[in-house]
Amino acid sequence: MNLAEAMKKNAPVLHKGMTTEGVEPAPKKSSNIAKRAQFALGDVEAGFKKAEVIVEGDYSTQTVHQGYIETHACVVSLAADGMATVWSSSQGQFMVRAMCAKLCGMDNSKIKAIPAEIGGGFGGKTVVYLEPVAMMLAKQSGKPVKMVMSRDEVMRATGPTSGGHARCKLGALNDGTLVAGELEMEYEAGAFPGSPVGLGCMTGFAPYNMTDILCTGWDVVVNRPKAAAYRAPGAPVAAFAVESAMDELALKLGMDPLQLRIKNAAIEGTQAPYGVKFGRIGNLENLRAAEEHPHMSVPLGPNQGRGIASGFWFNIGGTSSAEVMINEDGTVIVVTGNPDIGGSRASMALMAAEVLGVDVSRIKPLVADTESVAFSALTGGSRVTFATGKAVIEAAEDAVKDMKRRAAKMWDVELDQVEWENGCAVCIETDKHKPLSIADIAKKSDRTGGAISGKANINAQGAGPAFGTHICDVEIDPETGFVTVLRYTAIQDVGKAIHPSYVEGQMQGGAAQGIGWALNEEYVYSDEGQLLNTGFLDYRVPVCSDLPMINTVVVEVPNPGHPYGVRGVGEVPIVPPLAAVANAVSRAAGVRMGHLPISPPKLLASIDEAK
Amino acid sequence: MAKVVLPLEVARSFAAGVTEHQVQGGDVRRLLKDLEQSFPGIAERLGQGFAIAIDGQIYQDWFVEKVRADSEVYFLPAIEGG
Repeated sequence: MNLAEAMKKNAPVLHKGMTTEGVEPAPKKSSNIAKRAQFALGDVEAGFKKAEVIVEGDYSTQTVHQGYIETHACVVSLAADGMATVWSSSQGQFMVRAMCAKLCGMDNSKIKAIPAEIGGGFGGKTVVYLEPVAMMLAKQSGKPVKMVMSRDEVMRATGPTSGGHARCKLGALNDGTLVAGELEMEYEAGAFPGSPVGLGCMTGFAPYNMTDILCTGWDVVVNRPKAAAYRAPGAPVAAFAVESAMDELALKLGMDPLQLRIKNAAIEGTQAPYGVKFGRIGNLENLRAAEEHPHMSVPLGPNQGRGIASGFWFNIGGTSSAEVMINEDGTVIVVTGNPDIGGSRASMALMAAEVLGVDVSRIKPLVADTESVAFSALTGGSRVTFATGKAVIEAAEDAVKDMKRRAAKMWDVELDQVEWENGCAVCIETDKHKPLSIADIAKKSDRTGGAISGKANINAQGAGPAFGTHICDVEIDPETGFVTVLRYTAIQDVGKAIHPSYVEGQMQGGAAQGIGWALNEEYVYSDEGQLLNTGFLDYRVPVCSDLPMINTVVVEVPNPGHPYGVRGVGEVPIVPPLAAVANAVSRAAGVRMGHLPISPPKLLASIDEAK
Repeated sequence: MAKVVLPLEVARSFAAGVTEHQVQGGDVRRLLKDLEQSFPGIAERLGQGFAIAIDGQIYQDWFVEKVRADSEVYFLPAIEGG
């Protein structure tokens, strides 16, 4: 049952007694529509009355999987005293502990969750599948239990992200000024309610300065796997609709699509679709970077097209813990509680090195188990470099404070006479004391009060919203419908790139996944409802040979809520590609491709229909 | 008085669809008390799955954050991530 079928008046009802929340008066009849979410600014009807040009479009995307290479796997062992140890790869060992405890009726304190290295998550490993099952089997058998999913099981049983349907209407003046926008969307939730349609409503129009908008989202259950998070949950489908409509508007106005976006760009002080006024953001800086990028001046040949699209993600903070431990030889261990899914350990080490004033090679970053570091929320929401990074900075500052106290003791001076410069304690009272390095202080630590460490347990606030703008060039084969991506440029305001090459890697990875979503990926079901493409041969994610080099432009508009200006990187890059690719193909083919994936048969049929 | 904006779905259930309200400043706890007096049951509803934005700053986990007399406060669905 797909979205359209589930929403039909006489559709089989998945959950008897489930009625649609958020609708007045409250319906009494059971429905597959679990919830309506709505966000509004101003008066959308009045806005459309002012419009001199209106475009309307209908868009859809299919169910897609996160496509992590490592399938779900775990080992659970129970000791004779009832203490359980769980080894698993996830986006949060504390989540694994809490979920296992809840599902298996155990106390948190009876479970130790050890995070394994993770071979890709992208949001799909923010929930448990195998761990509680292995726990119960281990309890029953009295033996350690190992469980590993096959790819087939991953595709059939773990969370994909929602397929969606959207209608988008934009109103503008003849000079391109946007005056009204309406977005109505339905998202598949899978077998149980809880699609990210609300987040789609909050993000679709975010790149634009619009005062009169209405966004409505419907959360719909279908008899498919329960949807799980996937990079920027909910945002790509909404952006696909809005950015495709923006391209249509540019065509109708005879305006350059990039200039249309620049004219209407959300800037500091713009009210977001969810009401809040943006602080310092880099949306316009991204668009200016696109304007100046050499990609924009590459001439296009026959059957080629160029697409542009923007995207937004909130980024979040939350609870994070860190400890910075100084070894006896002056080397440093940085302990955090967030699995490293995108190179975050390197960023933690770099931020600690910056505070301590030492070379990063002196620092070893670790991700600890649930008994070796205080609670940390999930790795997700583009929060780790921002929030856990803030905790690491505070923990390193705490360690520096301690080392300054030790130096004051060693020199027999007042604490206020000690400063920290270039990785050393310096006495400002007199030059008779040689600066003390971390190694010098650590060597004497047993005489000055014992081991040295710093720690921070925080709920990080001040996350910085982020935007991206992508440019895509394609060539279509009008005989086969095959699309070749010729050039691709991803531009993003990251606030501050702590580890620039990992930041670029996140941008490239998100773009590649979005290109797959646009061109190839979809769940294909038989008439009997069996999923047919459960392997990577049939469920086609793009590989290196399918793609050109993804060029990146890292824009840095610092987030005032972080000591180094970090915003977060991992989610924005999957938001623009769906529309960037579709806009490029639509311009190459001369026909709007509003329904993804743009597979060769679908493109050929659209070209034929337009003839 | 601080301006508080409720989510549409909550406003429909508790405040006859009116989203914007004026309340005393102070902190979030005080603000919720004021809202609760006008709309019984709303504090519990807002405590379930909503983040709060005070003057543009989003707090996922809120409790006693300061609210100035001229603050703008929005309740939003809690933001998840992937």
